[in-house]
Amino acid sequence: MNFFNLLKIALQAIKRNKTRALLTMLGIIIGIGAVITMVSLGQSSKQSINDQISDMGTNLITVRRAWNRRAGVNVGTTNVQTLKIADVNAIADRAKYIASVSPVVSSSGQLIYGSNNWPGSIQGGNEQFLSIRKFAIASGTNFTADDVRSSAKVCIIGKTVQDNLFPDGESPLGKVIRFGRIPLKVIGVLESKGNNQMGQDQDDIVIAPYTTVQKRILAVTYLQQIVASAVGENYVDLAAMEIENILRGTHRLTADKDNDFEVFTQQEMLETMTSVIGFLTILLAFIAAISLLVGGIGIMNIMLVTVTERTKEIGLRMSIGATKKDIIQQFLYESIILCLIGGLVGILFGLGASYVISSALNWPFIISPMAVGISFVVCAATGIFFGLYPAMKAASLDPIQALRYE
Amino acid sequence: MNEILKVENLRRVFDVGAEKVHALKGISFTVTENEFVSIMGTSGSGKSTLLNILGCLDTPTSGEYYIDGISVSDRTKDELSVIRNRKIGFVFQAYNLLARTSALENVELPLLYNSSISASERHERAKHALELVGLQERMYHMPNQLSGGQQQRVAIARALVNDPVILLADEATGNLDTRTSYEIMSLFQELNAQGKTIAFVTHEPDIAVFTGRTIQLRDGHIVKDEPVKTQSARAALEALPPSDDY
Repeated sequence: MNFFNLLKIALQAIKRNKTRALLTMLGIIIGIGAVITMVSLGQSSKQSINDQISDMGTNLITVRRAWNRRAGVNVGTTNVQTLKIADVNAIADRAKYIASVSPVVSSSGQLIYGSNNWPGSIQGGNEQFLSIRKFAIASGTNFTADDVRSSAKVCIIGKTVQDNLFPDGESPLGKVIRFGRIPLKVIGVLESKGNNQMGQDQDDIVIAPYTTVQKRILAVTYLQQIVASAVGENYVDLAAMEIENILRGTHRLTADKDNDFEVFTQQEMLETMTSVIGFLTILLAFIAAISLLVGGIGIMNIMLVTVTERTKEIGLRMSIGATKKDIIQQFLYESIILCLIGGLVGILFGLGASYVISSALNWPFIISPMAVGISFVVCAATGIFFGLYPAMKAASLDPIQALRYE
Repeated sequence: MNEILKVENLRRVFDVGAEKVHALKGISFTVTENEFVSIMGTSGSGKSTLLNILGCLDTPTSGEYYIDGISVSDRTKDELSVIRNRKIGFVFQAYNLLARTSALENVELPLLYNSSISASERHERAKHALELVGLQERMYHMPNQLSGGQQQRVAIARALVNDPVILLADEATGNLDTRTSYEIMSLFQELNAQGKTIAFVTHEPDIAVFTGRTIQLRDGHIVKDEPVKTQSARAALEALPPSDDY
């Protein structure tokens, strides 16, 4: 039997029953649409997190003080004073895979300018801090190594701080704001970075030389963190190991002692976040796949009704020379065509939905070729699987009985 | 003359529960080329069973059946399908046209199951068959846009399109009024005159008079097999009182 003839027969049959065909396809459209949307949104959110974390610098390595345990009780890091400026210098001098390194000390307090005030936080670093954390200056300048050495009373402010302290659009450059009681001259404004994945406003920040924060604000000599950037994305792990070795040396930790600090890379953060998203994506795609299954059963249902309803037609086809195989193929093609058209519409529908949702959430829009490919195969498989039983049922009809069926 | 149909001692037994029903009890006859045979009988006489066997929809329990010289008795279902497709044209009482499908596509249908025929040839032959039954103006009409007589003409065109060795008509005028019945019989007579062999199952004696030979069945036996003094359906049509439809 000629394939094209059977295809034509199946297409004619579908064309004769447009409403029924549409209703049958609806299940598949929704099923495939849901799968595509879920997978695509999962990838979008993954990409979005990726972008955000890269914004902070994929090369970024953070050294924190270890949790302080006393007799098994976790008392936090507040009193741990193990990170010193000497550690930063040791890293800067000895690490081969580190491009730049900066100490970090931070504090929070009220920011005041004129009659405006704003609860803000201040981060202290050296002159390389901005480039390590991927901050860029929108106007003004970064502070210099001299400013760091002299604990200069200067700062760089983020967009949110600018908007709240200078609501009239007045240029903040050269103005002196106060952080608590400490006056700081604004020498630069940062480019806006927006909210990060966790919803934190990355523009709500004041950056000053770490010496200024240490001596004038906190009156301490230790550091809270050290941030560093590796020479390249591929050297992050090596660089992290290097830092660990250097710090174990400077902290004089013998082999039997645990680290009194923790080294984090962005890579690790990324992996944690994406594994959570990945799990959620699989879960949602699974739920969507169930709707696809329901759609498939819907197809089988309609095809079974169709066989009964078209008994006479089947009888006629047999009487004019259709073989059992012809009848099976006709009904199989009908259900495959329905599934494929439904799948195609579902793919478009799913891509449309994920485009709308991802642009509403400000995520990158990603078409997953794998998801599209797999759903297409699933469509055809659904058509075959759920079309086979009704097709066999149709072909097993007795032509004499079928012709007489009313 | 070529023997188109030949049945020898044909028997058909149905198992109905524990009972055996003998529908055909040894039937023999031959139909030669260009004959117009009517097969008559009341319900229960076995004429439907005979027609199903002649149409290769059913196989006999015993006996021989040859169509166009080919033995049919021990064929598989798929082989029977091919024989039906190439050798037989069916015309049913209820027309059995596919709904929402144009006359032309309905007529093309048997050729779709014959892969040796190209799309263009299929198209040409279907058009030609519709011309033969006088429906060249209605090729693209749907069945619900056609009268009963026109629908039966489409069905006849569908039976003709594969150029069968025999047309098997099953109560083909059963759903039609007298005038339209005569028109259809007139068409069958024309086709017979052009050389078609026709077997026409009916239970109406006034339809059988338009055929050339009558085989009468009763209780599974042939009780009468004789030539008919053929009347012209065209003449009968003209003798009818003028219809008030016009």
